[in-house]
Amino acid sequence: MTDAGHAALAGAPFIEGIGLSRAYGGVRALHNASLAVLPGEVHALVGENGAGKSTLIKVLGGRVRPDSGEIRLRGTSVSFSGPEAAHRVGVQTVFQELTLLPSLTVAENLFLSREPRSRLTHLIDRRAMGRRAEELLTGMGIDHIDPLAAVEDISLSERQLVEIVRAISHEPDILFLDEPTSSLVEREVVWLFEQIRRLRARGTAMVFTSHRWNEVRSIADRITVFRNGGDVGTFTDISEDDAVSLMTGRHVETLYPPVPALTASAPIALETHHLASAHLHDVSLQLHAGEILGVGGLAGHGHRALFFTLFGADRATSGTITVAGKQVSIRSPHDAMKRGVGIALVPEDRKTEGLLLRMSVRDNMTLAILRGRLSRMGFLRRAEEKRLSSDLSRQLRIKTAGPHIAVGSLSGGNQQKVLLGRWLLAEPRILLLYDVTRGVDVSTKAEIYALIHRLAAEGKAILFYSSDAEELAHLTHRVLVMREGRIAAALEGNAITAEAIVSAAVRDTSPASGRGTHAA
Amino acid sequence: MPPDPAITVAGRPFRRPRWKLLLAQNVGLALAVVMLILSLVIYCVIYVAAQHRLPGNFELTSTVNTTMPLAFASIAQTIVVLTRGIDLSVGGVVDLSNAVAAVKLGDSLGSEILWSLVVLVIGATCGLVNGLLVTLGRLQPILVTLATLSIYQGIAIRVLPQPGGQIPQNYTDAFASITGPWSLLYVIIVGVLWWAFRRSSLGVGVFAIGNDETAASANGVAVRRARILAYVLGGVFSAISGLFLAASATAGDATTGNTYTLTSIVAAVLGGVSLFGGRGNGVGAILGAFISTMIVNILFFAHINPLYQSFYEGLFLVLAVVLVGSVGRLMRKAM
Repeated sequence: MTDAGHAALAGAPFIEGIGLSRAYGGVRALHNASLAVLPGEVHALVGENGAGKSTLIKVLGGRVRPDSGEIRLRGTSVSFSGPEAAHRVGVQTVFQELTLLPSLTVAENLFLSREPRSRLTHLIDRRAMGRRAEELLTGMGIDHIDPLAAVEDISLSERQLVEIVRAISHEPDILFLDEPTSSLVEREVVWLFEQIRRLRARGTAMVFTSHRWNEVRSIADRITVFRNGGDVGTFTDISEDDAVSLMTGRHVETLYPPVPALTASAPIALETHHLASAHLHDVSLQLHAGEILGVGGLAGHGHRALFFTLFGADRATSGTITVAGKQVSIRSPHDAMKRGVGIALVPEDRKTEGLLLRMSVRDNMTLAILRGRLSRMGFLRRAEEKRLSSDLSRQLRIKTAGPHIAVGSLSGGNQQKVLLGRWLLAEPRILLLYDVTRGVDVSTKAEIYALIHRLAAEGKAILFYSSDAEELAHLTHRVLVMREGRIAAALEGNAITAEAIVSAAVRDTSPASGRGTHAA
Repeated sequence: MPPDPAITVAGRPFRRPRWKLLLAQNVGLALAVVMLILSLVIYCVIYVAAQHRLPGNFELTSTVNTTMPLAFASIAQTIVVLTRGIDLSVGGVVDLSNAVAAVKLGDSLGSEILWSLVVLVIGATCGLVNGLLVTLGRLQPILVTLATLSIYQGIAIRVLPQPGGQIPQNYTDAFASITGPWSLLYVIIVGVLWWAFRRSSLGVGVFAIGNDETAASANGVAVRRARILAYVLGGVFSAISGLFLAASATAGDATTGNTYTLTSIVAAVLGGVSLFGGRGNGVGAILGAFISTMIVNILFFAHINPLYQSFYEGLFLVLAVVLVGSVGRLMRKAM
């Protein structure tokens, strides 16, 4: 291509979606949506869960065919028969659902259907494949993933990295990334943005979605806001407040409701003494009825171990747990959910740790109470099940065509609400909420916040972990900051600010290092 | 440009040793080896107790010759099971190939080669019918192959209504020689073929389909083609199984193959092949076939009443499957 041709192209979109619509079983996921992506730009799609961002990416990435509308690639109309067809013309997508094959190795996944061949036999040269995979990974700064490991033996975030590496290794002209950061820890997000900048310098166009405004602001050249299945505007510069009000019709300040007052005489619902396990050291805490106790700190510092130990999914090596004044032994989730204990855990990763995606909203909601409230002499009380689940759907404002719909077809935020609903039906006394708003849109977040407050007002004791310090600061009565498996700081009242939480999480307390004041 | 920041995940900054990774991926195969050794030892102990001498060339040869048809049937089953399917028609194809061989094999080398090839083509055709029905007809493998099992058995009976026919002596010498366990050579050949299969587009495709069909297709795997070819290969290996059966029996019987439908599944499972698809190894399936034979041998020399033989076979199978499942899980967890 000549220089003149190149210059002319720079202003014209690489890929364009015009008036795209797509419905799933009567629900309009995408309605007359348009998007133009310029060469070398990083384009962010923001909007609530279910606003159509993922569907648009699926359509443009060739995974889903639009019901109507047009896709233009470098000005010519195209139609993709599948992701493979999109790959051939330089369009790569990292879908939210990972597409790695679990029993194959990382190297096999990276080179699937383009494996290096032996010249002599034309068979796949596995040694060369392993070597090239190693080069590919280390060349992009990833040195902790062994290319010969089976994908099922590496962690979720490592799988996400492999998926991203594979997409980039095809050297695409356009790269779609659907919520690439939701399963990554901070370091990995930094890595991803480094890759995005490098690709941008090479002229690659990129489209990504994220619910974290600071990510959007730090990397996006343009932002397109989605609402109700369509685009409502594309901006080069927009404030968070304006974006949120475009997405939802509400303002940031109204996101966090006031924290309900705490009764001074509230009894202690849950208490631990010197609780310890492999990743947990000497954790003693008290949680009162009606209290929202926040737990904060950097990822990988024992929060997960604390929550999973309290729920019986991990085993404590020493220490005691007391519920309502009585010492209890929790060796399995079944013990935690027993009458007289009443501890429920809502995990962050709803796909792998909680929901049965192929089963209906109703079945998922009532799963925890099938053997309790819903059973009469071993038979299911169907009418009661129906009543409870539809009441709850209404109450939680779950967007679905009905309680008989499979949970897997719901948007992320609505799935999270179903999971919350399940534990509400179980009527626990103590609720462990583990990063429940991760990957959830603003409006659903607001609904979840209101719900948490209502539950606290009803007297439930709530232990609340969040990777978002802002959220912790606005939502809780007290915050415990964990570091290296210990409680490093306890914040109360006006001392709870996002800054204080972050600084307590990163402060190095060892006197020898002399960096003690650095974070403050 | 500055180098990309290297990343390490908190809590696990280091790689696990390679041998652990490889063991984790081949737990099934490793356990099959252990089970085979275990069953060999038990067999020898019981044999010595009963016969007051070690088993010799004759025992080894007859064990190998009786196992060969099952070994090939279990390879056939494995290839289909890897695609998350199942092939109940294995027994039918074994019957058909056995019957055709008994009726048609002549004494000349030319006739032997020609009709052996014809039998392989018949097997491939049977597999093709299965594959087309499953893929293009979008029918469930268990239904399709249950139906074709009866059909192929019916054709076999028509070809050879009564047990009989004649297998030339040199054919038997080639595939089921009684002078020594020479047929182990074919096991080695199959091992090499499996090695190549695992390194072919078809092999990767078969594993990919068994893992996740949609993801496989999204990454450029020709899903339909791979699935159809898996059934075709299954048919070919079932046909080979029938030829070995004919060679060792020296005559034909259109019903003896029936049992291979179920025993091939058993052998595959013992060899570490997952019925959920995408995980398994053909060499493991062959080991599984030998383990099955050893269990029968052990029961024989332990003087178990033949009436209860299937009871004990079932018992051992359950034990083995529980062992494979739980040890496999423990090993993965430990890594």
